[in-house]
Amino acid sequence: MSMPLLSILIFFPILGGLSLLCVSRQHIATIRTMALLVSLVELCLTLTLVLLFDRSTHEMQFVEQSPWIPALHVNYSLGIDGISILFLLLTALIIVLSVLVSWESIGSKVAEFFIAMLLLEGAMMGVFCATDCILFYIFWEAMLIPMFLIIGIWGGPNRIYATIKFFLYTLVGSLLMLVGIIILYEYGGRTFDIRQLAEQAYPLKLQLVLFWAFFAAFAVKVPMWPVHTWLPDAHTEAPTAGSVILAGVLIKMGAYGFLRFSLPILPDATQQMALPMLVLSVIAIVYGAIICLAQTDLKRLIAYSSVSHMGFVTLGLFVLNQRGLEGSILQMINHGIVTGALFLAVGMVYKRTHTREIAAYGGLASVMPVYAGFFLLLTLAAVGLPGTNGFIGEFLILLGGFECQPWSAVIAASSLILGAWYMLWLYQRIFFGAVKAEMVGLAQLSPREIITLAPMAILILWIGLYPNGLLSFLHVPVAHLLNQVHGAGLSGAALLPGVAPLP
Amino acid sequence: MPASLLAIPLLPLASFVVTLLVGKRWGARAHWLPILAVLVAFCCALDAFFRVRSGVIINQDIYTWLQSGSLTVSIGFLVDQLTAVMLIVVTSVSSLVHIYSVGYMKGEEGYYRFFAYLSLFTFSMLMLVLGNNFLQLFFGWEAVGLSSYLLIGFYFNKQAAADAGKKAFIVNRFGDFGLLIGLLLIFTLFGSLHYQEVFSRVGELEHQAISLLGAPVNAATLIALLLFCGAIGKSAQIPLHVWLPDAMEGPTPVSALIHAATMVTAGVFLIARCNPLFSLSAVALNLITVLGAITALFAATIALVQTDIKRVVAYSTVSQLAYMFIGCGVGAYSAGIFHLFTHAYFKALLFLGCGSVILGMHHEQDVRCMGGLKRHMPITYWTFLLASLSIAGIPGLAGFFSKDEILLMAFNTDLATGKFAWAIGILVAFLTAFYSFRLLFLIFHGEFRGAEEQRHHLRESPGVVTWPLMLLAVGAVAAGWFGVPALLGGGDHWAHFLEPVLGHPQMHVPAVTEGLLMGGSILAGVCGIGLAFYLYHLKPHLPGLLAERLTLVHRWLLHKYYVDELYEAALVKPTLAFSRRVVLRIVDLACIEGMVNGLPRIIGLAAERLRRLQDGQVSHYLAWMGGGALVLVAVLLIGL
Repeated sequence: MSMPLLSILIFFPILGGLSLLCVSRQHIATIRTMALLVSLVELCLTLTLVLLFDRSTHEMQFVEQSPWIPALHVNYSLGIDGISILFLLLTALIIVLSVLVSWESIGSKVAEFFIAMLLLEGAMMGVFCATDCILFYIFWEAMLIPMFLIIGIWGGPNRIYATIKFFLYTLVGSLLMLVGIIILYEYGGRTFDIRQLAEQAYPLKLQLVLFWAFFAAFAVKVPMWPVHTWLPDAHTEAPTAGSVILAGVLIKMGAYGFLRFSLPILPDATQQMALPMLVLSVIAIVYGAIICLAQTDLKRLIAYSSVSHMGFVTLGLFVLNQRGLEGSILQMINHGIVTGALFLAVGMVYKRTHTREIAAYGGLASVMPVYAGFFLLLTLAAVGLPGTNGFIGEFLILLGGFECQPWSAVIAASSLILGAWYMLWLYQRIFFGAVKAEMVGLAQLSPREIITLAPMAILILWIGLYPNGLLSFLHVPVAHLLNQVHGAGLSGAALLPGVAPLP
Repeated sequence: MPASLLAIPLLPLASFVVTLLVGKRWGARAHWLPILAVLVAFCCALDAFFRVRSGVIINQDIYTWLQSGSLTVSIGFLVDQLTAVMLIVVTSVSSLVHIYSVGYMKGEEGYYRFFAYLSLFTFSMLMLVLGNNFLQLFFGWEAVGLSSYLLIGFYFNKQAAADAGKKAFIVNRFGDFGLLIGLLLIFTLFGSLHYQEVFSRVGELEHQAISLLGAPVNAATLIALLLFCGAIGKSAQIPLHVWLPDAMEGPTPVSALIHAATMVTAGVFLIARCNPLFSLSAVALNLITVLGAITALFAATIALVQTDIKRVVAYSTVSQLAYMFIGCGVGAYSAGIFHLFTHAYFKALLFLGCGSVILGMHHEQDVRCMGGLKRHMPITYWTFLLASLSIAGIPGLAGFFSKDEILLMAFNTDLATGKFAWAIGILVAFLTAFYSFRLLFLIFHGEFRGAEEQRHHLRESPGVVTWPLMLLAVGAVAAGWFGVPALLGGGDHWAHFLEPVLGHPQMHVPAVTEGLLMGGSILAGVCGIGLAFYLYHLKPHLPGLLAERLTLVHRWLLHKYYVDELYEAALVKPTLAFSRRVVLRIVDLACIEGMVNGLPRIIGLAAERLRRLQDGQVSHYLAWMGGGALVLVAVLLIGL
């Protein structure tokens, strides 16, 4: 191990963010440029990792390990596999675009805003790299603070309510996860190492308790039905960049948690609880789609559509087969790209009109044709048109679902109809029809805005037409994960010596 | 794989991308690249056709599209007899429509956008027919839907156009839902989505049953019905036909290309392509036949009274597509494809003829304001007449041969529903001839009924419009000559050419029967024309009287049996109301949010109460301490 690449990845944005403190407040242009530079360098770092990455193994790569709190066996240990590397890439990209979209729309406390964003980036990178439970937990909670500030300070009129709701909702879940981690530590041979914890067998009862403890943290983050109601409020009140990061990366954390903890460490409980999880997922898919039909607020609609799309993600997770899992991970990336880009796009038009009310729009396609083109592509990706990335993820999940529980795929596929209904209706109300008086003379997209949307558009088509570029990272780790889930039967579950069984 | 084959879809794709990105700068010259691309694609398609005729079948993957576990799906081409025919249909009609559009869309805003979309459509349709697996078919299937959405809503500032585009997409998605489930089922059973793999093992399905809600269903039947769902949507059959008439909001060349000649026939293509599968299920075939017959009659009756010329032709399309389904349903896939082929030309001609009339009338589409246009628009008239004769099934013209083949097969099949379909088919042949000539007489004969202003500007359309009409007229006449039956001295080349893919139902029909059947269908057509001549030419006051006498029937037909109203009342409005009133207000806001916001409130209230204990009065604290100590002692004593 020559260079601690992952540590650099985590701490570079944090240090970069803090270095903004040294710049005088008056030099807003310098602050922005520095923030952009930091995020771009971070993106390049991630791309380097991708180039150096070996796809043929499920083992953790770029591993770093050093003792941190020896008395408690807490280590500072990092490592990534084919699953996490995709999320690193997504995070780095989303942050670059978020910086770009905040260029002008953030007018006050500019330095603080970018600092919060870069600290958030460091924490998110940390979550995806950590292989030690406590380290994971620390990064996990650390993400909360910058996001809390971003919504609470730079948000809309109702931001205080939204941000406190967001904070408490997720904190309650996270605390249960901490309890779960401590129990694991006690029963898993006094280690916090995720890989070592996964190698051991736990009694089913314990697994079930732990499963629900972790579920509390992850389900809120995803968010799964019925703990989703923080999401629409948070999205509506957050500034554009906040919504983009929230949709793009933060809510993937929940599903990522399921992948890292629930599936490999608690395989028997996962299998037992798969059915209820599938039911919740399917409910989320249909419920989110139906409720979108009733929305009158642009951001709320997209937030609820996230609930529906994330339902696909959890569906794919809990069908527990290769296609479902690969589809699910791909769907997370896709959702980050598509919904992230949708929020970017909404932010751009909000800056011009200062309204999120769908009814206030009309005929925008005549006024801003390039914007209409981008938005159409995003709409199509959101409804899962083949050729866009949305289709690939959903199709793999449906295939996986159909092999496992045919009814789940059939019900989930109804989003094919409902999704087209609410998205095309939205598109029609905003872009088609007679040009509303308030829309006349809105400025075209600036080159900076086009540069912000273009990477997303390219990724949508690239993943749609050549998904193997990403899927090839997933084959080996997913197969390994499935081995862990299915391979460890209850028969092999022996209690560790010296550990009392759960009463 | 020959490069010329790759060029067939890639040229329109390249033209789409380039025209969309830079076409705006080309202004009124934006059509050159798309036209050139589609013409070259047409030449390549001809080349592919002759290769296939010389016996070269290509089935080759280009690249792996999607790979996960045991699932491997490629983008790849299958060029066999069926594909070759479809390639010719798509590229030839598309070429002519491209050229026609130069005249029709002249000076329209978004001229370049129109041609870019046409290219996109051509690419999508070619990918659909060229694919060698189900997933690529689905790609093309949805992509043509997208192009259709964009082109129907081309005049997007017009509310009706935007509505129609959205409606087309969503209604189609109902069918696609079935199709997608069908694909999932196919993959689950065969472990592959490639045609060759699936069709070569299709026999395995014969005795395989799948439990559907507890009841065993034959696997082949289930797959066939699910695929058929997709076909119903795309080809506008009952109950998903409602989008096609509304799609007439799009520019007329689009109606001709997408909503008559090519895209809407994708459903027929799907069934023909999957014929090894469909042939295993008598249930599915019977259902296709019956649904085809019902749709044919249903749409033909609506066409009788419509006054918008494009809507008449649209319903006529629904009805003719139903004929193709009858053909496939009775197992005569090659007859179905034959009708697809001839219909592409005569129906495109009818639509483009309508477009020429609409141009002449300055975008008037109401037939009640027309009349006597024959004098002003002779080329349009004569070509329209040829198309009408062809669709009416007059011997020697294209429509006659293909329609006759379908009716013959329907009559002679072993299928239980064949005779029923045949009887309806004859009736519909009569109705078809009638409404086609009603339209012809109303537009071109009699006195002009429009405004004086319009009369002054009446003149024949420019050459760029009339030339495609004349070329299509050649097709409307001669397209049927490829399949002249043996009875009339032909060799039935069509069926023989397609036999390797579509098979050929073995039946020996006595020449007398065949002759009688042929005579019957000719008679039906001639009677229809005769009646139209009598009602709309000799006694033009009669139709109005008839409509008054039969008000109820007339109103039902005029309102298309109120199907749209039914869907609106039974499906759309309840769903929206359910979404607003139940899901949003009751479940989300009242229950879930109530709980989320209620919990902190309860905690707050409880805290408020508890806080009062700490009131600073030492006597109260003492009382609590004493009470507590007593309780503790009591517990200890009882415990001991």
